[in-house]
Amino acid sequence: MANETQRSVTSTPVGARPPERAPRHEFATTRPPDAVQRYSTGERLTHWAVALAYTVLFLSGLALFHPFFYWISFLFGTPTFMRILHPFIGVALGILFFAYAARLWRENLFSAADRLWLRRMFAYMNGREEARVEGKYNAGQKAMYWSMIIMVVGLLVTGIFIWRPYIAPAVPLLGRRIAAVIHVIFAFIMFVGIGIHIYAAVWTRGSMRAMTQGWVSRRWARYHHPGWYDRVARKETVR
Amino acid sequence: MALESLDIRRRSASQTRAPDVRKHTEVAKLIDISRCIGCKACQAACMEWNDLRDEVGLTNGTYNNPIELTDRSWTVMRFYEEELADKGLQWLIVKDGCLHCADPGCLKACPAPGAIVQYSNGIVDFQQDNCIGCGYCQTGCPFNIPRYGVTDGKAYKCTLCSDRVGVGLEPACIKTCPTQALSFGTKEDMIDIANARLVDLKERGFDKAAVYDPSGVGGTHVVYVMPHGDPALYRMPREASISPLVGLWRSGFARTLGVLTMVSVVVAGFFHWMKVGPVDPDALPPREGE
Ligand code: HEM
Ligand code: SF4
Ligand code: SF4
Repeated sequence: MANETQRSVTSTPVGARPPERAPRHEFATTRPPDAVQRYSTGERLTHWAVALAYTVLFLSGLALFHPFFYWISFLFGTPTFMRILHPFIGVALGILFFAYAARLWRENLFSAADRLWLRRMFAYMNGREEARVEGKYNAGQKAMYWSMIIMVVGLLVTGIFIWRPYIAPAVPLLGRRIAAVIHVIFAFIMFVGIGIHIYAAVWTRGSMRAMTQGWVSRRWARYHHPGWYDRVARKETVR
Repeated sequence: MALESLDIRRRSASQTRAPDVRKHTEVAKLIDISRCIGCKACQAACMEWNDLRDEVGLTNGTYNNPIELTDRSWTVMRFYEEELADKGLQWLIVKDGCLHCADPGCLKACPAPGAIVQYSNGIVDFQQDNCIGCGYCQTGCPFNIPRYGVTDGKAYKCTLCSDRVGVGLEPACIKTCPTQALSFGTKEDMIDIANARLVDLKERGFDKAAVYDPSGVGGTHVVYVMPHGDPALYRMPREASISPLVGLWRSGFARTLGVLTMVSVVVAGFFHWMKVGPVDPDALPPREGE
């Protein structure tokens, strides 16, 4: 095993077979041998492609929404180019997002245990014990998942309605007015959602690494997602 | 595009004041529908002065040619046949084009600083070099006026010959009209002429005759005399005003709310972190059974 230099949380018994989804890269040295895989490489790359597309979309949208932020448009070369780019990136985000979300929907179905988690959510946010989570995701993450689906569908549909020169000319003016208003409202609701999403990932230490390197520590898994840990992680590794 | 740069009353997507040391009296064009014979001389003059040649298109069985406003036809005569209960069959001819609203929806909706300006004389002008081709001006306009270049994607419409007016000339269409259906001057004078014309028309049995200077957009700098009164007959909105949706979308309220939303998210995250700090199971002392 190539882990002489690794920070060893638990020692691997001699002769045990290596963890199933062990790091393939020699330089991924911080991964403990008993780490639990949370996201595959494909999932991580899709997630970050969505994140990049979202960043471009929000910045360009903001430049169009409020004159105070118009300077952002010059980061794209010219404002006209930014305006042309925005809807294409929007469609790209739509495709990537649904490719990503399609792999996660089953894990995000609400279950009975979620009610308790939601009731204790504010206590948890204030430093108290988290209610036991049965699934791969807690109720907050599930709510985020479904609200993001609604936001992306809404932004995609309304954005397409106001997409000049391709679609907008075929949409009646009233339709375009409604679409423009909803597009902005959804863009800001989505900003709040993404803000919470990013903060939560930073707040719960170890979560960001799940999306950058794919793995979480055993204690992270046991603490945040004991149900998931019991089902998946225990089977997966030697211990 | 025009020559003026020191007498700008309003500028799209701009938060600070535009250069406005120079003030001009408000001008207006008067279109007296009762005098118009539909000869389209004004359309030809507009092409001529602005050096625009539209494509030779198709006919839709009316006299409209082209059928509609385009990026290169900034004024189009629209023809309607209307059967009126009291007047019998009427042939209505409406000179379509920008009305140069005192409160322009196009300017309100435009996201590009300085792509739309309103001069102190009331003329609303598009500055294509600042235009990003988003189409919002069409969304904002209560009269469906702006049109986009097929190749350049920029917005175009009647300039009220701001370049001519800026050097003391009347617009090209006014100069060419053979029946004096069109007049140009200060807004005050045009309203006076229009009102005098109403008296005349009413004497001749057009008792519903009215002036179209819709107050919903603060009045316009293109004013119509409509012999049959009802704007709907001429396919103009009875109550023209900026759609409340556009008003909301482009309001200072919405923009401020948007900024406050973004700031709140950041501030809430900052203080939550300062109060609670991170959750880090890896830093907890080992629990029983671990
Ligand atoms: C999903 C993330 C998206 C975000 C955060 C976003 C955000 C925004 C914002 C804030 C604006 C300016 C609002 C305004 O003042 O009207 C805007 C404009 C616009 N958005 Fe989006 N948008 C997104 C997706 C899309 C999609 C999927 C499309 C569609 C194809 C799209 C098409 C447009 C169009 C056409 C405009 C008008 C300006 C332009 O022509 O580029 N957007 N967007
Ligand atoms: S008629 Fe339309 S294009 Fe002309 S000034 Fe009014 S809102 Fe703008
Ligand atoms: S198309 Fe041009 S003029 Fe019209 S709203 Fe967009 S930037 Fe302004």
